[in-house]
Amino acid sequence: MQTALLDLSAHTVHLAGETDFAAWRDAARRLALAQIRPEDVAWRVGDEPNEGLPEPVPDSCLRVSREFVERAETVACHSDPERFALLYRMLWRMRSEPALLKIASDPDVRRFEAMEKSVRRDIHKMRAFVRFRMVGDDQRYVAWFEPEHFIVERNAPFFVRRFTGMSWSILTPFLCAHWDMTEVTFSPGAEKRDAPGDDAVEELWLTYYQNIFNPARLKMKAMQKEMPKKYWRNLPEAPLIPRLVAGADDAAKEMLARMPTVPAPHHAKVQARHWPADATPASENDGAEANSIAELRDAAKACRRCPLWRDATQTVFGEGPDKPDVVFVGEQPGDQEDLAGRPFVGPAGKVFDAVLGDAGIDRQKTYVTNAVKHFKFEPRGKRRIHSRPNAGEVQACRWWLDKELALAKPALVVALGATAALSLLGKAVPITKMRGQLVERDDGLRVFLTIHPSFILRIRDPDDKEAERARFLDDMLEVKKLLAA
Amino acid sequence: MAVLTTREKLAILSDAAKYDASCASSGAAKRDSRKSGGIGSTEGMGICHSYAPDGRCISLLKILLTNFCIYDCSYCINRSSSNVKRARFTVDEIVRLTVTFYKRNYIEGLFLSSGVIRSPDETMAELVEVARRLREEENFSGYIHLKTIPECSPELLDAAGRYADRLSINIELPTDEGVKKLAPEKKPETIRLSMAALRSRIEEKAEPTLKTKKRQRFATGGQSTQMIIGADATPDAGILQTSARLYGSYRLRRVYYSAFSPIPDSSSALPLKKPPLMREHRLYQADWLMRFYGFAQNEILDGRPDGMLDLDIDPKLAWALSHRAMFPVDVNRADRESLLRVPGLGAKVVARIVETRRHRRLRLEDVGRLCQSISKVRPFIIAEGWSPGGLTDQPALREKIVSSCEQLSLF
Repeated sequence: MQTALLDLSAHTVHLAGETDFAAWRDAARRLALAQIRPEDVAWRVGDEPNEGLPEPVPDSCLRVSREFVERAETVACHSDPERFALLYRMLWRMRSEPALLKIASDPDVRRFEAMEKSVRRDIHKMRAFVRFRMVGDDQRYVAWFEPEHFIVERNAPFFVRRFTGMSWSILTPFLCAHWDMTEVTFSPGAEKRDAPGDDAVEELWLTYYQNIFNPARLKMKAMQKEMPKKYWRNLPEAPLIPRLVAGADDAAKEMLARMPTVPAPHHAKVQARHWPADATPASENDGAEANSIAELRDAAKACRRCPLWRDATQTVFGEGPDKPDVVFVGEQPGDQEDLAGRPFVGPAGKVFDAVLGDAGIDRQKTYVTNAVKHFKFEPRGKRRIHSRPNAGEVQACRWWLDKELALAKPALVVALGATAALSLLGKAVPITKMRGQLVERDDGLRVFLTIHPSFILRIRDPDDKEAERARFLDDMLEVKKLLAA
Repeated sequence: MAVLTTREKLAILSDAAKYDASCASSGAAKRDSRKSGGIGSTEGMGICHSYAPDGRCISLLKILLTNFCIYDCSYCINRSSSNVKRARFTVDEIVRLTVTFYKRNYIEGLFLSSGVIRSPDETMAELVEVARRLREEENFSGYIHLKTIPECSPELLDAAGRYADRLSINIELPTDEGVKKLAPEKKPETIRLSMAALRSRIEEKAEPTLKTKKRQRFATGGQSTQMIIGADATPDAGILQTSARLYGSYRLRRVYYSAFSPIPDSSSALPLKKPPLMREHRLYQADWLMRFYGFAQNEILDGRPDGMLDLDIDPKLAWALSHRAMFPVDVNRADRESLLRVPGLGAKVVARIVETRRHRRLRLEDVGRLCQSISKVRPFIIAEGWSPGGLTDQPALREKIVSSCEQLSLF
């Protein structure tokens, strides 16, 4: 019934080959411009002359999206004989429905997409499952493959890009592709017996295939989804599968049943040589006895005084000369500091360095550290969002800050921000109100209060930002004055 | 000891490598052999050249340089106290195997790892030498993944990144305590520092240089890691927390979860039972929710007091069932973020919905055509001509969905 209907079509287009997209495109353009409806066109493949195709209309053009043309070229490789009719119907519809391709729920679009997907998958599977065999000693590689669609021409450039430095042929029932290291040629379809039947290397490949398989994890469904049986007949490793599957349960049971045995004979020797018992001293050193900043830093590496070490990369200890003029105390290391293991190397540290330079404070004579020595953050995808350390964490980490100050004995300490002030003064202070003030602790240590340089970075408005930077510079000039006094 | 043939070594050293989950060959910079006249290409998407009956793809020649090892990690078949048969490839053997396999289109490239012998630097130097010879002498442009030994020197790390597409350092277990107990010689501190160093280097090399304005090649496929699931008692909540930390801190491309698999001649410190494959699967789903669906780590296990993922249903459905007040979501109006939370709607489907609804209003059938199975989606959406009514809040909803999904899978 259907053939009878098709024979009644007013126009029959003959394409020279299964993949003759250029001819389809030419004919489709002429037909559409001549207002010939899709129902009145039949599409055939065969070397017959095209009679009755409307003449090209001069000075007229048909506009469709480049996306459609590109995707249609893929769909044209499908083995379904109806594909050319579908493409013409879509082209026809697109004249009044330009957004047709975006309507994923449309039946024509769905069919188009399904065909496109099937061709793409076939292309991908050909790239995956072609198996070359080496012929003789002349280093030629030949493969036999049975694709589902007409994809050999479309896929040949991939094999050229990948196997440029060897000559190869891929034989298929429909078309064969050949590469002689300079150009690709195509020849008519071949048969399986035209391809070599063996390659000595396959033995190694089979060895690999058997041993990389873990019998305790048998998942045949997952495997067949990706490597359907239709491909098995041309895969050298496929004949192994039934035996591997049949033996898997026993192999897995054997693994489970085998009792733990005594250590291998060489084990004791390896242990004695590489891991002598005293080589791993217990890291109980809490730094109480440290006589220098270096010893203190070393002790802090294994700090477990609060849980922040868990998520951080490392302890970021203070840095500077043993006897500094001034100690700057920040809040906590940030993302960059955590990676580098050094304080004030991130964006806020750069602002800090620049302002210190402007104020004429000698960076070589300053010691920089943080109230909390591990980075506290919330992971958000590929970033870490800084979170403020709580009072308990600040309190726990005071152990180290107190010892740093006791060893460094600076004339002045600068608290950068509220957390530093909390740690240094033992109580929360309103930092924006009290900035620029000098507080003397009970033990006589003078603490100068100001904001943390990251506060400047967070200001969006450029003028406000500049004003805040100027205020911070004023504070630093004040620090310089205090140092000179 | 009798001299082993290449084939015998391959049997031992691929058997020893099979517990490494990763076989990915995606994400590397595009490259092919047309200019060099050699062999090999990487075009973004990796290719799986075969599948083993365990459902895992075989994309790379995944082998160890040697399975001799000075470490004694109880979950590892190659630990020093194990009685497993030992072997060691020469650099030359690995280079030849890789090229021979590649030319037959068996593989996308090489994933080379190794037991540590003598010292981390000596072992790492040999791994790097394999990669160098493949690139410089064999004109090989296929994919190379090198396992990085955390303690190795910065110079070796630089060289490794120059030749390899991807580098990985295994975190081994979700907690430092676990590592201390089961892999006493490994140092979690060093593993973190190495991952941090890798991230810094990858980012630094991705910047164009001042002189040539060209980017240097350095592990363009990024870094990944693997942790073993079920060898210690860490609940899923702890595992996901560790993953979130690793993704955030070191910008990993992937965290691989490897269900602890019983190994021959296993250590007495470990559970002797079948690997928890379903748990592994649910963890991957949860990992996806964190990376592509905008879920925060603590949201996923919200309402699960034991901190374990539901093994019977996927984590997105589990979340939706315990947050029904957020549903139904109108497919014709809701923003992308809310649509991504609907069970059964994947990221691709959501993109299609958002695109399509600009042109026409979607009915339930339309959504059905876009996604795999509408039965899971139906109670959670509003569409043109469809409202789930009381369905969303029905107490037996969970059982209904589970049974309808089971019926489907019978086919």
